[in-house]
Amino acid sequence: MSIRRPSLHQQDARIAWLLLLPSLVVILGVTLWPIISTFFLSFFIAPTGINQVRTFIGLGNYIDMLKDQTFWETIGRTLYFTVVSVGLEIIIGLAIAQLIHSHPWGWQFLRFSLIIPWAVPTIVNGAMWRWIYSADFGALNGALMQLGLIKHYVPWLTLPNMAMPLVILADMWHMVPFVALILQAALATLPEELEEAAAVDGANAFQRFWRIRLPQLRPALLVALIVRTVDAFRVFDIVYIITSGGPAFKTVTITYLTYLNSFSYGKQGTGAALSFLISIFTIIMAFIYIRILYRPEETQ
Amino acid sequence: MMRHRKFLRKLLLFLLTLPVFIFIFFPILWLLSASLSTQVELFTVPPHWIPQHPTLQNYMDIIFPNLAASSVPRTFAIALLNSIKIASTVTVICLVIGSLAAYALVRIPFRLNRSIHLGIIGTRMIPEVSLVLPLFIIASSLQLINKPVVLIIAYMSFALPYAIWLMAAYFQTVPIELEEAARLDGCTRLGILFRVVMPISVPGLVSTAMFIFLLAWDEFFYALIFTSTLAAKTAPVAIAEFVGRYVVNITGMMAGGVVVAIPPVLLALIFQRYIVSGLTAGAVKG
Repeated sequence: MSIRRPSLHQQDARIAWLLLLPSLVVILGVTLWPIISTFFLSFFIAPTGINQVRTFIGLGNYIDMLKDQTFWETIGRTLYFTVVSVGLEIIIGLAIAQLIHSHPWGWQFLRFSLIIPWAVPTIVNGAMWRWIYSADFGALNGALMQLGLIKHYVPWLTLPNMAMPLVILADMWHMVPFVALILQAALATLPEELEEAAAVDGANAFQRFWRIRLPQLRPALLVALIVRTVDAFRVFDIVYIITSGGPAFKTVTITYLTYLNSFSYGKQGTGAALSFLISIFTIIMAFIYIRILYRPEETQ
Repeated sequence: MMRHRKFLRKLLLFLLTLPVFIFIFFPILWLLSASLSTQVELFTVPPHWIPQHPTLQNYMDIIFPNLAASSVPRTFAIALLNSIKIASTVTVICLVIGSLAAYALVRIPFRLNRSIHLGIIGTRMIPEVSLVLPLFIIASSLQLINKPVVLIIAYMSFALPYAIWLMAAYFQTVPIELEEAARLDGCTRLGILFRVVMPISVPGLVSTAMFIFLLAWDEFFYALIFTSTLAAKTAPVAIAEFVGRYVVNITGMMAGGVVVAIPPVLLALIFQRYIVSGLTAGAVKG
């Protein structure tokens, strides 16, 4: 073995960095740098436009934001959307996964069908539901009227208390299949012996589900829960196309408010402060996610 | 008696699947029906669930732009082409540089390996809204707004970490003995990667390509902010633009929606056996 030649180990490390280089450059350029840059921007009054002068105001944007009632209402609405949509998606997704797992007639076709709503692009999904909810000619009004449940057509999306639940329903159509597919795949890998043994010992169906099956599903449920929470907290596309934030701000979420400030109101500093808060929330969630799923003994 | 009960159970379970089927298919059938209706027939009370005079005119209007009456449908075909170009480019770039990085992270031990791996996994969760302002400011000053390249670069922020994650999960399933055998035969590290690992990782590359294409095809937020003209506008933006200031072109929006939904739905159904493994490895797609 010659002394000058780098060891296999060192050679390997060099090759590893070489292979990683293009990806690292891209990721640092399009994620790390923008996050830091957003953080700096959040300390300025920054009107939209290239030649506009920025004024340093320290924590001014954050203080204004925390004093603004719109901000707190928007946080409330975002949490409402997140908790209700994710909660229902997990419960209904689990129920559908269970249903497929008990293999009724046509279960393979059901599993196949679930892929369709998941694959339909978010914007198409939103456009479709917007037309379903249409006040004058929509399918929802048509169906409810023909079933005799309403006497007159209802302008659903202009009702302050209905708009958000209807956006949530549209989101569920898209995402319940996602949760159901993940949980069904996890169910299919569970060993049956445990539950059979419990059945022999006299545990009823509910006890077997609650005490044995659910704990075993925990990792899959956590994946679904965290991924859905992160996505729901940043919801934008479906709100934009169905309600555009209306009626009277009743469906404006935190991402939507950031969008309005940054690109409609010309207040990029405020937008930056808001998006930095969203980053913080996401980083905390990502940290939890990694802690749960990537314990040291499980990688490599 | 036992058989009787078993039959009843099957029947009950089958009846439970019906509401799920209705929930899945009712909106889709209504979308298809609306896309095949004339504007006049669409605006009826009660609704015609099945069009009495089905027509392909709505599709003709958006796919063969010359026949179209107003400006929004005329631009739809171009937006569709932009989407195809942008999503394919993003897919190819992510596949090439992402799989190299994933291999290094999974199979080559070096300092910082684990930190970088976890960092990339965390990066995937960063929302677009947290990155958009600096990207917008620099794109404006470089006069890149309304150019496809700005979307391709911006899409890297979510597509590349996801591609690395999926490929890393796949490479972990490649038996390490194969690599050790190749190494004993005198193969170099890069030789192992390109002659041994890549050829048997084709299924992983295919499923990763599908997921990245779907993500890029679906993307709306960056596209809305970075593009407004025909040069780079994507299909989801074109769909949103059917909502005009005063009128909504519903027939165009529905036909456009069907056209935009067909590629991802077909891809997902063809590659369905990859989907669940991809979802659980990366579990993403908003």
